[in-house]
Amino acid sequence: MDKIIEVNNLVKKFGSFVANDNLTFHVEKGEIFGFLGANGAGKTTAMKILCGLSKPTSGRVMVAGNDVALNPEKVKSSIGYMSQKFSLYDDLSVVENLRLFGTIYRLSRRQIQDRTRQTLSRLNLYAERNRLINTFSLGWKQKLAFSSAILHRPRLVFLDEPTSGVDPVTRRQFWEMIYEAVADGITVFVTTHYMDEAEYCNRVTMMVDGKIEALDSPSALKQQYGVETMNDLFVKLARK
Amino acid sequence: MIEISDVYKKFKGVEALSGVSFRVNQGELFGVIGPDGAGKTTLFRIIISLMLSDSGSVSLWGLDPDKDYKKVRQIIGYMPGHFSLYEDLSIEENLRFFATVFGTTIEQNYYLIEDIYKQIEPFKKRPAGKLSGGMKQKLALSCALIHRPRLLVLDEPTTGVDAVSRQEFWEMLKKLQKEGITIIVSTPYMDEASLCDRVALIDNGRVIVSGTPQQITKGFGKSLFGVKNDDMYKLLQLCRLFPNTDTVYPFGEWLHVTFKNDAKEADLQDFLKQKGIENPLVVPIEPSIEDCFLGAKS
Repeated sequence: MDKIIEVNNLVKKFGSFVANDNLTFHVEKGEIFGFLGANGAGKTTAMKILCGLSKPTSGRVMVAGNDVALNPEKVKSSIGYMSQKFSLYDDLSVVENLRLFGTIYRLSRRQIQDRTRQTLSRLNLYAERNRLINTFSLGWKQKLAFSSAILHRPRLVFLDEPTSGVDPVTRRQFWEMIYEAVADGITVFVTTHYMDEAEYCNRVTMMVDGKIEALDSPSALKQQYGVETMNDLFVKLARK
Repeated sequence: MIEISDVYKKFKGVEALSGVSFRVNQGELFGVIGPDGAGKTTLFRIIISLMLSDSGSVSLWGLDPDKDYKKVRQIIGYMPGHFSLYEDLSIEENLRFFATVFGTTIEQNYYLIEDIYKQIEPFKKRPAGKLSGGMKQKLALSCALIHRPRLLVLDEPTTGVDAVSRQEFWEMLKKLQKEGITIIVSTPYMDEASLCDRVALIDNGRVIVSGTPQQITKGFGKSLFGVKNDDMYKLLQLCRLFPNTDTVYPFGEWLHVTFKNDAKEADLQDFLKQKGIENPLVVPIEPSIEDCFLGAKS
């Protein structure tokens, strides 16, 4: 068992407001780890810390072998990240975006060429490779954004609500891409508001008011709380 | 009654709406269900008189949003997909603004928004731009209701919202419905369709099917099976290999499978066992709205 994320007693305060209240959990290599919680529960704060974008107030957080407080830049270069709010540059083409991200992550020209070709082939987009991103539907943007996020073959990728609003067919295609990436050895850390997607995760954690209220596999949690679906579990834990 | 007839709208050569037709009954909670890009927002803008259609007609209790736009705007409450109130005005100021613009007062119809507004009232002096997402939503809803509209139009009010807040929001809508307000709401969440009286499933500018949720699921027309095992990814690939599989989709814990002909559960089970799956679970299940949507697409 290899831990790719280790969080120990993480506290993050903004003034007197405690956004993350003593979080302790770990993510195993090769897992699909679901990070659930109501808006305002502290998920985004925690994710920012895990990505090296923000420092803990106290506690120790190791991501891909790096301490986020001491080496945030090393954390950033060893992970991939994709969010619903920002994915790719609208005014650049598919290949331009892939070249940009490849360069930022210091891939060689050869690697960028090869992986661009692989991505275009996988998504059947070779004919569309010079189209600007803003001409694609949301579903396509998200699939491309995911491909860009893993272009540099990071060991760990963070996905922040990657399928929000996307059509049901594309959502499922997206999750198949996630399964493929995991089969290739990438660990996936994902947040989602689609409770059925929580079921695709090996383990999930649910944050309520800055604390972790539950952490286990979906089936174990449903059994533990006596509910049928992840939606019911969410309502049970998060509703006051 | 509200009647949408054969509405077409094109933008720069892209047909956003291709002959959309449906009816909404007085006092109904009507859902327009469809993914991003289906045309929901364009449709709503035409209904509420913000945009003209290229052809087709809309009738709101006999009123035409084109010719009778002034009257239409008085009887409609609208909550767009993105927060669009005045960020530098406080909660209270925004509410008073909308009440005044509609020629009424906050007090007049306060009873309608009381349950919603009570939750944000402690922050009533705060500028709207400094509110959390949930509070912005409650304020937007209050402002859309303050003049007691006949029709409430909500564009994806629950997108990006967590499961608890979504549930609470729908409970609010049901309460408003009891006050006699007709509600049209759009959502990409297929499971929310079952919370509506009637729905229209929309994709790529077309209505796929409309009716009560029960009518729609009854119309699925095929047997549907749930398949489950420990390694879902492997199971997905194997089900695709099964020669009699028509469609297979992941649905969280289960795969949903339809067969091409009269193939039975046992046939798939035997196939999976042959491929090394121990104790595959294959059971008949009832289709959901999402199954119907996916079925219409394939």
